[in-house]
Parts: sequence; C-alpha cells; structure tokens
Amino acid sequence: MKFEKKNLLGIADLSKEEIITILDTAVPMKQIFTRSVKKVPALRGKTVLNLFYEPSTRTRTSFEIAAKRLSADVINISPSTSSIVKGESLVDTTKTVEALNTDIIVIRHKASGAPHFLSQRTDLPIINGGDGVHEHPTQALLDLYTIREKKETFEGLKIAIVGDILHSRVSRSNIIAMSKLGCEVRVVGPPTLLPKEIEKMGCQVYHKIDEGLDGVDIIYCLRIQLERQARKQFPSLEEYIRLYSVTKARAKYAKKDALVMHPGPMNRGVELSADVAYSEQSTITDQVTNGIAIRMAIFYLVLGGGRGVQEITD
Amino acid sequence: MSNKLNPSSAPVYMSEADIQHAIIRMSYEIVENKRNLENIVIIGIKTRGEFLAQRFVKEIEKICQVKAPLGTLDITLYRDDFDNLGNLTIGETDLLFDVQGKRVILVDDVLYSGRTIRAALDQIIDFGRPAEIELAVLIDRGGRELPICANYIGQDVPIGENDYIQVQFKEVDGQDQVIGLKKGE
Repeated sequence: MKFEKKNLLGIADLSKEEIITILDTAVPMKQIFTRSVKKVPALRGKTVLNLFYEPSTRTRTSFEIAAKRLSADVINISPSTSSIVKGESLVDTTKTVEALNTDIIVIRHKASGAPHFLSQRTDLPIINGGDGVHEHPTQALLDLYTIREKKETFEGLKIAIVGDILHSRVSRSNIIAMSKLGCEVRVVGPPTLLPKEIEKMGCQVYHKIDEGLDGVDIIYCLRIQLERQARKQFPSLEEYIRLYSVTKARAKYAKKDALVMHPGPMNRGVELSADVAYSEQSTITDQVTNGIAIRMAIFYLVLGGGRGVQEITD
Repeated sequence: MSNKLNPSSAPVYMSEADIQHAIIRMSYEIVENKRNLENIVIIGIKTRGEFLAQRFVKEIEKICQVKAPLGTLDITLYRDDFDNLGNLTIGETDLLFDVQGKRVILVDDVLYSGRTIRAALDQIIDFGRPAEIELAVLIDRGGRELPICANYIGQDVPIGENDYIQVQFKEVDGQDQVIGLKKGE
C-alpha cells in the first residue's frame, strides 16, 4: 500500500504500485454504494473545489458525488459564472480560492499543463480532471479498475483504442497506464486522427479496423468529436462510420469475451453501434459507477497521504 | 519464555489455553445473558476481532446449537484521526444481514481508548437501527478516552502508556497468545 504523491497530475507520474494502490482502495469505496447510507465520515470537514474551465457535467458530477460520499463539502466554479469571464488569470483565481481555505482542487482546463502550472504555485493538492490534449488520469484509472473487475489481470491483455486519438487526452492516459501494467496496446484510426510517432508511446498502429481488432481482449472506443469533421480530418461522418464504427460484425474480430469500453459521452451509431453499446460485452455503465469509486479513492489517498503511519493501538 | 514469535521474552498475559478458556467462559456468559439468542448477530472488528468473533460463533453453537450470523467491520473510514495517519489499507466490510432490530454483539481483541469502538458504533448505525449493541473484548487494558465499556471481558490487563498489548491468533500470527511489548518494538 503506497501512495505519497501530493498531487495527481498524470498517469505518467505514477508508479505501477501507486496505480495498484488506487485500484485496491477503490474496492471498499465501491462497497459503500450498496448501503442505504451511502456515506462515510472519512473526509468530514474537508472542502473540495471543482475548478472546471471546460464544460463537463459527467466528470464534475462524478467528482462531486465522490467527495460527498466521503462527507466532504464541494464547491463548483465554472468560467461562465465567475470572474474568469472578466479575465481573471488562473493564478489569481487560485490565490482567491486558497484564501477560502479549500483543501483540494480538481481542475479541468483546455490548456495542456494547466494543472502542473497550478501545482507549482500553490501548496494545495491538485487533481487533474483533464488538461487540453495531455492527460485525463482519473478516466484511465477508472478504466483500469473496470478492466480488472472483469479480467482480473492486466498482463498480456490486448487492447485496441479506436477513433480520434489525436485529440484525446483519455487515450494518452490510457496508453501510458495500460502499458505500465503490461498490456499490449493498439491504436486504430485514420492517419489524420493518429498523432505522428504515436508508436513511440509504446503502442502498435493500425489503420484497418479488422486488423486492429483481431484477437483483442478489449475494444476501447473514443468519442468522435464531430466538430473535427469541419476541419476535414475525415471526409464525412458516413465515411468514418463505414470504415471504423465498431458494429456487431466488427466486434466479432475481437475475442468472444472481449469488453467494449467507452469513456462517454458516446455518439451512438458513430464510434460504435447501439447494439454493441448495449450488449453484454459493454462496460460503459460500469465505467460510470467505477468512476465514483476511483475518485473517492483518489481523494482519500491524496488527502491522507505521506504523513507517516501511527501504530494503531486502540 | 522466548521464541520466534515472542523475541524479547516479553510477558505472556494469556497462553493458548487461557484464551480458549476465556472464550468458552464469555460464550457461556453471552448465552446466559441473552436467554433465547433471538435476533443475535455477532460483528467482529477487523482485523483480529474478526477471528475472535468466528470463535464466539463456534462456541455458542456448541453450547446451544444456535448459529449466530457473523459480520465483519473495517472501521478505517470512520476513524477520528484521519489527519494524523498515513494511508491505511481499507479492508472490506461484510454485513450481509440487516442490522435493523438486531441485538448486536460487537467483538474486538483489545479495548483501550475506546475510539475504535466509537467508530464501529457509528458505522453499524449507518447501516440501520439495531435493537441494542453490546461489546465483547478479549483484553481490557484500561486507558479509556471515551465513556465506553465492555459487557464481556476476557481479561483485565491494566498497563501503562508506554506498554502495548499484542493479541496473536493462529489464523494470522501462527499461534494463540497475548503478550506485552514496549511501544516501538
């Protein structure tokens, strides 16, 4: 059991042991959901600030529920309803917030590196809720948790990440995380949606979906950001669907018990078809539930960490 | 006596036989007190309270052929000293029965400040409203910081602040005994 980080800025900073510690801690957290009183007093009196510069309902709500289940208080600040719209800088907003004596900040920002920037300028622990196209560590952690629940082990699992990897911080965090735990990662998509030299991150590149999905244990679908189509990164939505949409037929290239995952929100019929999305193999709703357990585990570990263990004698 | 599990010739407060006799005696006390054992459930506090609770269930069954339902609690998330701890591994809590209306016998190995029991009481009550909660401990070492007392006690061992009692159970320590250590050993 090992977690001594002050912040959670990215999967890249975590060791394999720290990742496993987070996954293990999420197990008893998930148990709490099945009780009639879905709350434990562990973080009573602590205040979590959700500083979401980019709109997000799902991730922000997930962090909020996680904090509340641990009895922490939550404050949400989003750009349109705050001084940020008047041009207040990130650093100044943080100094103001520090003066409010919150205990931890969760930040989502469209600039890659914003959480790192912040962590160098404040003593408060910072959790990265997604920065630019850089990382979305809590998503990768909940994905790993979901995989472990179903597959029990990571070693040797073949995972195909399909879709718009170029603009996806989720894919980057997942590639790093899954490689760290011994999975074989593939990225599948048109060349216009795959970063140059992505194979240097330790994954294999496929442009043909049937080859990319061949024999994999997990199909991970990324949301197609429809606004990209206007930038001609693929000729038309119909063409993308024709070549890359994960349909029931295409899912058969993977192993029979393969999982189908999606970080949400999904465009039904685009990155995957509805019958696949709602099939037995799909873990999409599990991922949402597990996200809360993982975020509870992260709050617990980040706020309790590194202060030295006392002997428990009573 | 010095051996691998008791390296520094620390005092032995209870031998394996002493522990067994205490458990049998306490089980008889519970059966006598609770009369018909209706709605009795036994909840052990992890880690060693869990093994003690299992032994109570067995003994009580031997005495009156009633198998009391058994649950376990991990109180880590209910502690009052979160800020002073490092990360403790959180174990799983298994209360597979509804506590509503039940007569709970809470079980732990050592009763000291009473804070663990306070946490356990809060946790049980978050699950529902028991009819009553009683406490059974193998060792009461005094030093209470909260107004909490045990209903069934194996042995009273009043010791000082610098001393520490360690209960060892076969299931996890390889042998049954209760020894005293100096803090820091």
